[in-house]
Amino acid sequence: MNAKSALSLLLAGWAATAQAQGFAGLGSDAEGFAIPQRGYQLSFPQDHGAHPDFRIEWWYLTANLKSASGTRFGIQWTLFRSALAPGEADGWQSPQIWMAHAAVTESDRHLFAERIARGGIGQAGVSANPFEAWIDGWQMRSTDGALEELQLTASGKAFSYDLKLSAEGPLVKHGENGYSVKSESGQASYYYSQPHYQVTGTLDLPEGTVDVSGHGWLDREWSSQPLAEDQSGWDWFSLSFDSGDKLMGFILRGDSGNYTSGTWISAGGTAKPLAEGSFQAEPLEFSNVEGRRIPTRWQIKLPQRNVSAEVQALNPQSWMGTSFSYWEGPVTVNGSHNGTGYLEMTGYE
Amino acid sequence: MTRAALHAVLSHWWRHPLQLATLMAGLALATGLWSAVQAINAEARASYARAAEQLGTAGADRLLAENGTIPLGRYAALRRAGWNLAPVLEGTVRFGRQSFDLMGVDLLNHPMVANLANAAEQDGVQPLDALLPSGRLFAHPATAIALEANQTPYPVTSTEALPRNVVAADLSLASRLLRQPKSLSYLLILPDQLPGLRPLAEIAPGLIHAKADSASADTARLTDSFHLNLTAFGLLSFAVGLFIVQGAILLSLEQRRGLIRTLRGLGVPMGLLVAVFAAELAFVALAAGLAGLAGGYFVAAALLPGVSATLAGLYGAPVEGSLSLRPVWALSGLAMAFGGTVLAGAQSLFAIWRMPLLSAPAAHARGQQAGRSQWGSAIAGIACILVGILILKTFQGLLAGFAFLGGLMLGAAMVLPLLISAGLLLGARLARRPFSAWLWADTRAQLPGMSLALMALLLALATNIGVGTMVSSFRLTFNGWLDQRLSAEVYVTATSDAQGAELATWLNQKGIRVLPIRRHDLRFRGAPLRLYGVIDDATYRDNWPMLQSLPDAWDQVAAGKALLVNEQLANRHGLSPGAELRIAAGWEMTIAGIYSDYGNPNGQAIVSLPELLQHAPDIANRQFGLRLPPDQLPETISEIRKAFEIPRENIIDQAELKARSLSVFDRTFVITAALNLLTLGVAGFAMLTSLLTLWSQRLPQLAPVWAMGVTRRQLAAAELLRSLLLAAITALLALPLGLVLAWALLAVINVEAFGWKLPMYLFPIDWLRLFLLALLAAVAAAALPALRLSRLDPAELLKVFAHER
Repeated sequence: MNAKSALSLLLAGWAATAQAQGFAGLGSDAEGFAIPQRGYQLSFPQDHGAHPDFRIEWWYLTANLKSASGTRFGIQWTLFRSALAPGEADGWQSPQIWMAHAAVTESDRHLFAERIARGGIGQAGVSANPFEAWIDGWQMRSTDGALEELQLTASGKAFSYDLKLSAEGPLVKHGENGYSVKSESGQASYYYSQPHYQVTGTLDLPEGTVDVSGHGWLDREWSSQPLAEDQSGWDWFSLSFDSGDKLMGFILRGDSGNYTSGTWISAGGTAKPLAEGSFQAEPLEFSNVEGRRIPTRWQIKLPQRNVSAEVQALNPQSWMGTSFSYWEGPVTVNGSHNGTGYLEMTGYE
Repeated sequence: MTRAALHAVLSHWWRHPLQLATLMAGLALATGLWSAVQAINAEARASYARAAEQLGTAGADRLLAENGTIPLGRYAALRRAGWNLAPVLEGTVRFGRQSFDLMGVDLLNHPMVANLANAAEQDGVQPLDALLPSGRLFAHPATAIALEANQTPYPVTSTEALPRNVVAADLSLASRLLRQPKSLSYLLILPDQLPGLRPLAEIAPGLIHAKADSASADTARLTDSFHLNLTAFGLLSFAVGLFIVQGAILLSLEQRRGLIRTLRGLGVPMGLLVAVFAAELAFVALAAGLAGLAGGYFVAAALLPGVSATLAGLYGAPVEGSLSLRPVWALSGLAMAFGGTVLAGAQSLFAIWRMPLLSAPAAHARGQQAGRSQWGSAIAGIACILVGILILKTFQGLLAGFAFLGGLMLGAAMVLPLLISAGLLLGARLARRPFSAWLWADTRAQLPGMSLALMALLLALATNIGVGTMVSSFRLTFNGWLDQRLSAEVYVTATSDAQGAELATWLNQKGIRVLPIRRHDLRFRGAPLRLYGVIDDATYRDNWPMLQSLPDAWDQVAAGKALLVNEQLANRHGLSPGAELRIAAGWEMTIAGIYSDYGNPNGQAIVSLPELLQHAPDIANRQFGLRLPPDQLPETISEIRKAFEIPRENIIDQAELKARSLSVFDRTFVITAALNLLTLGVAGFAMLTSLLTLWSQRLPQLAPVWAMGVTRRQLAAAELLRSLLLAAITALLALPLGLVLAWALLAVINVEAFGWKLPMYLFPIDWLRLFLLALLAAVAAAALPALRLSRLDPAELLKVFAHER
């Protein structure tokens, strides 16, 4: 009986609900929780911190890195907040539960780790000013007080990393000024990103320490019911082209049709939301991953920007076998635009 | 030839079925009692192990704080340093009229959560619901019933995955119920740790790293002595049983000497004969061993509920009430049966081996031989006793105590034949008439055949006297001690601290003296220590059961300079009044006195309440003792109930509390009483079997006396008289032995096992009753042979003169 099996059992109830009500319970009823409102003005640094009145929230960092010898690495650092009830309370009475995932992906290896913790007792949390997000020994900590300069650490049994992140562009608000609609019926979340990080640091791998550098992308999102009831999962792309332009696009898969949305981010950092349906993605090739059939090569199109390219997983077996399992890994873009990025696919059962 | 020899040797048993029954019964009894005790021990130990497993504490090291509580911030800091720890908060919570041991864990990371989640799932409960502030309790089905019977205001999930009497909950609920939002009892160090973490000794220097074995040793430390006690009792019963077996084997070979001579005369080799006898013994050992195991199983199953009650009452150790067949004790029982048979039969087999080819059956002149062997046995016995004393003086501890007892009991049994023989010689001098002179002399001649049974009787009687004296002395002392300790007229438990404070003020206004009962649990030198804080009140000065104290002990305690410790703590650490004691970091006090504290396995100390509050400000304030004239009692109780919402069961008067304590005490010794009775029964059986087997050999000695005119009726009466005489002498000798045994139990074993020494009281009425019981057993045992004798066909007696037997 180890902690991991205990956890997965404990969370089994949650996961079962997740199946019935969209991935990780995100499609369930928002009873008592705050609902994102159109027209809300995001304000920083407060909104970098936690929003305990909302059901779910995340601080989601992915990066495409290279070693001096040219080996490609993808890294992930995610802190999830999930509230059993709205609001915050002191100590053990806090209804907030924190969960974190970290991963290092190479073309032939995918290492990951998970942490889970109580809110309220100091074991995990996020403070806005100065910015710090932490769980156990993992942290994403501001070295300048704001989100521009960050230090990022995580460690699992087989890996650890220590990275410095430096933003070279402005924050990007998705949707209507950060209000991102997720379905026809109006489900929405607050969603902004910092996609302009230059990253340097070291990875500790079973073979030894590797110096790496590259670029990273931080997503911030919180909501209480970001999926409609019939939506079962999503395919989410964050792509950085060699031109300096960036594309965020997602497909929310639903019984009554898919819902797609996204943001075009110019090299200068100007963000343009994409109209529903303008971003298109079609699976080209499926891989057998942990007994599931998962698309690991895609054709993406964004006609208004003349984008038509193939997105290929660096490692088709980038499976996060955590309490909530999903596919998350670095990708390569070839076609009208070339570049790298990250792909996340959930709800493939 | 082998078959013929086997047939000839075994045919003995067809002609002596009673002897066979004796042999089998003796061995089965010995094996049965031994394996019953072993079965109980194995079951109890398995229960402890299962409890540790279920609570996730098996094999995991712990971090403890010297002062008993770890601040929550400390835990978070260690987590942030990367250590994978599971926090636990323990305490007692009261629902309705019952208290429960509550174990608060973080349901996100404690090792036992897997089991709880399974149970919750079967219950159709969302496991994560248990994390919500509304909360949920988890308990063994039996405990869950008790929780519901006490109207626990929380939903309960019952699961076999928890030991009895433990209630588990998430820390969100547990910290509320125990009102300790910011502290933890200990941290489990989970096996799954990241490489390269900074060592705990470096980042948590104030915390004690307790190894897994020492952490779970609390129960083991306390219960080991109990199990050792049981094992000693089992060994004693086994020894008594073996006396029967040895007697029966000896007799069966004795009676087959003629047969052996004939077989050897016919050319059967000695080796074959010995092999045949060995095979016979092996078969007996196997058959009787299996029968004994079956019997042992039933005895154990019958006794186990009593043992569970004892262990729960004495140590709070959880033991399931049902018994399962475990290879450990089944094999140990069979091994004992074989070992015992070898032990009992070796001498006889050796005698056959050495027997000259044409040796005549020796039925005579054994009196003189016996005289020599009595001296040899007595000298060996005295050596046993001396070795026991030497071990007791040289080594400390429970094992030395039991070694002393073993030496004493075995030695005394071995000296017994010589002492009885001396008594009979003395009696013979008083004899005036020839018949009585013959009776004394004949009794002496019978002694070798009877001595094993008499040894068994001696041991059983002495054990009864010793254990009986110990239990009765304990009960008497305990009763008196309860009178002193429970000096308040009524005890009230408030439902909250706020209500407690209100109640105290209200009572003070009514002129009733209130004694708050407040305590704090911490760890002292690796074991639990409970600290009580008391106010300065005459009740304590007048009544507290002090064993040793400084002249101004209570003044010093009231001034916050000194503390009182219980006897257990003082014994365990060699503390004495006047010495300094460091309770925790930065908290040192003088020991002003030592008080008796029976029935509590753990260390305890008393300080003044203000002093305690200075070190532990958050302790509960809900329990109070009230001093008031007894005639105002009913009125005051009803007034309290009218003014406050305190359930009736939270108000206990002195008499009720005392009755409850005594009933726990009595339950504690149920198992002892049962084993006592069984041992005495075995000894009585030994008497019966030896008399039965002896009587057939007695015709050559009886026939001449009969021929001289003594009637068969008179002979039968003499038979009864002899049995009574032997039992009476044995019982008289058992008295001093029993008293030495009682002394050893009270002053040596109790101190080692529980940490308290008890005064010894004498109970002559009990002795008289036991003496009469021994006589009754003797008469009962002699009744059947005497009856046979009185109805014996004179022709049988005449035959003695007609042909050599």
